[in-house]
Amino acid sequence: MPDHPYDLIVGLETHVQLLTDSKLFCGCSTAFGAPPNTQTCPVCIGLPGSLPVMNREAFRLGLVAAIALNCEIPQFTKWDRKQYYYPDLPKGYQISQYDLPMSQKGWLEISDPKGRFAAKKVGIIRAHLEEDAGKSLHDEAAGKADSRIDLNRTGTPLLEIVSAPDIRSTEETRAYLTELKLLLTYLNVSDCNMQEGSLRVDANVNIHIHTPQGKIATPIVEIKNLNSFRFIERALAYEAKRQFDAWQETGRKMGDPGTFKQTRGWDDAEGVTFSQREKEESSDYRYFPDPDLCPVRTPTAEVQKVRGGLAELPAAIRHRLEKSHGITPYDSDVIVAQGRPLVDYYEEVARIGGDGKKAANWVTQELLRVLNERNWSLAQFPLTAAALGELVKLVVAGEIEITRAKEVFNDMVAHKRSAGESMAALGIAKVDTSELEAICREIVAANPKIVADVKAGKQQAVGALVGQAKKKNPNANPNDVRRICLEIIGGM
Amino acid sequence: MSLTRADVEKVSLLGRLLLSDAELDTMTTQLTRVVGYVEQLGEVNTDGIEPMAHAVEMHNVFRDDALAASLTRDAALANAPKRDSECYRVPAVLGE
Ligand SMILES: [Zn+2]
Repeated sequence: MPDHPYDLIVGLETHVQLLTDSKLFCGCSTAFGAPPNTQTCPVCIGLPGSLPVMNREAFRLGLVAAIALNCEIPQFTKWDRKQYYYPDLPKGYQISQYDLPMSQKGWLEISDPKGRFAAKKVGIIRAHLEEDAGKSLHDEAAGKADSRIDLNRTGTPLLEIVSAPDIRSTEETRAYLTELKLLLTYLNVSDCNMQEGSLRVDANVNIHIHTPQGKIATPIVEIKNLNSFRFIERALAYEAKRQFDAWQETGRKMGDPGTFKQTRGWDDAEGVTFSQREKEESSDYRYFPDPDLCPVRTPTAEVQKVRGGLAELPAAIRHRLEKSHGITPYDSDVIVAQGRPLVDYYEEVARIGGDGKKAANWVTQELLRVLNERNWSLAQFPLTAAALGELVKLVVAGEIEITRAKEVFNDMVAHKRSAGESMAALGIAKVDTSELEAICREIVAANPKIVADVKAGKQQAVGALVGQAKKKNPNANPNDVRRICLEIIGGM
Repeated sequence: MSLTRADVEKVSLLGRLLLSDAELDTMTTQLTRVVGYVEQLGEVNTDGIEPMAHAVEMHNVFRDDALAASLTRDAALANAPKRDSECYRVPAVLGE
């Protein structure tokens, strides 16, 4: 049970940049990091007489994402102008979607392999296609006199995905965003690169306080522009506590006269949220249909075609790996979280190695350890799935014991060679049974104290013999040594 | 429907227009007339006519996702009231 007398209620508005080459309504590049104001044209900076024309690929990517999010796709959708003044919005309005979004009423399932919350479906209220604004750059040298504006990003296609307020904890928040990000990257809809601003999150937060008189909801706060998972978690935890304290102090609750949806920012250095402008009522944006853009009709057949062509989604892959390879949800989660190439790699290791669980251990522990240590991508990893599969096969067949297999693995990685070559180089061979028995007899005879201990019931004393056996032959399998020594002592 | 002075004040604020008292009076009168003119459309009988989202009966007008030339930076910044070698310059944005 939570250690505070309230429930956290969170809904997320996630903006993802779509992976198109050109902007939503013009042919300017969407590439990140170009020198300021070198990727603009009359359309995206709103010069008079220019006309926007919708990017077909942006609409298609939006459709793919919406369908993967189990949304309904209305047959008719249109774009509207959302009017507000801000220096990074050159037209004085953003082309967005208001009352007839391209998709609505979907869901995304989240679960936790560590079991901190029960699997649940988070509702998706809508996902709509809109254009991004530009950026204000901060000019320390110029002091506070001016802001500098770069409009390269203006008009970049965004999908805004609005969740229902179904999220109940920071763990669920992270799970939702992680799953959303994974889904969109598997679909190639967005790279979701948070450092480059390709995934940005606004969180709507309040708390439901348990009191003897029933639940009390605090006024909703929107925390804007949370651009890392860590910020989001810290901001939510802070905001929940702040709202609880504020309620204790003032007793103000949602719906009281004078309360309104407040907009706050997150100051990570100070670890606090701070008040920004009051949220303008949506009518203040004075939405109206954009006369420059034609509506889009999406026939059911088109939706079915996109649905039929969807890539296999992360949740389905996890399910399949668990079923067909017998691995745990934890392992399937680790593998799928790394992206499709590792899924394919793992499946090949499992197929050749002949044991899905052992293959999962090698991939999630040894392989990922090396990738992390060297900061490598899977493509840079020197072993093919077939090569690692051969090693797993040897382990499964009992040809090599686990500690030595790890030495072989490290040698294979270091010298980019096969399991057989590495074993030869390391002088590793399976010790034949008669040789192993001879070694065991010899060390048992040389250690009367240990024999006495074992006979007195301290079976674990036999462990000391394993080291001695390995000194005589490094290939001696510890489990075999333990078993044979116990047999010999038992017969004495 | 008639516009109040408060409506005009609010709209001018949203439009970032600073109007004097006299201008507010003038705008209230003039805008009321504009709105009244447009309201004449309400007299047309539209029973049984499906609402439209767009004045032109066209839909699905797309372009391919292909790059086209952008403006040079100097051309893009040419009309800016204030600029430097890279950017538009605007009065400092509050709260940033
Ligand atoms: Zn452009």
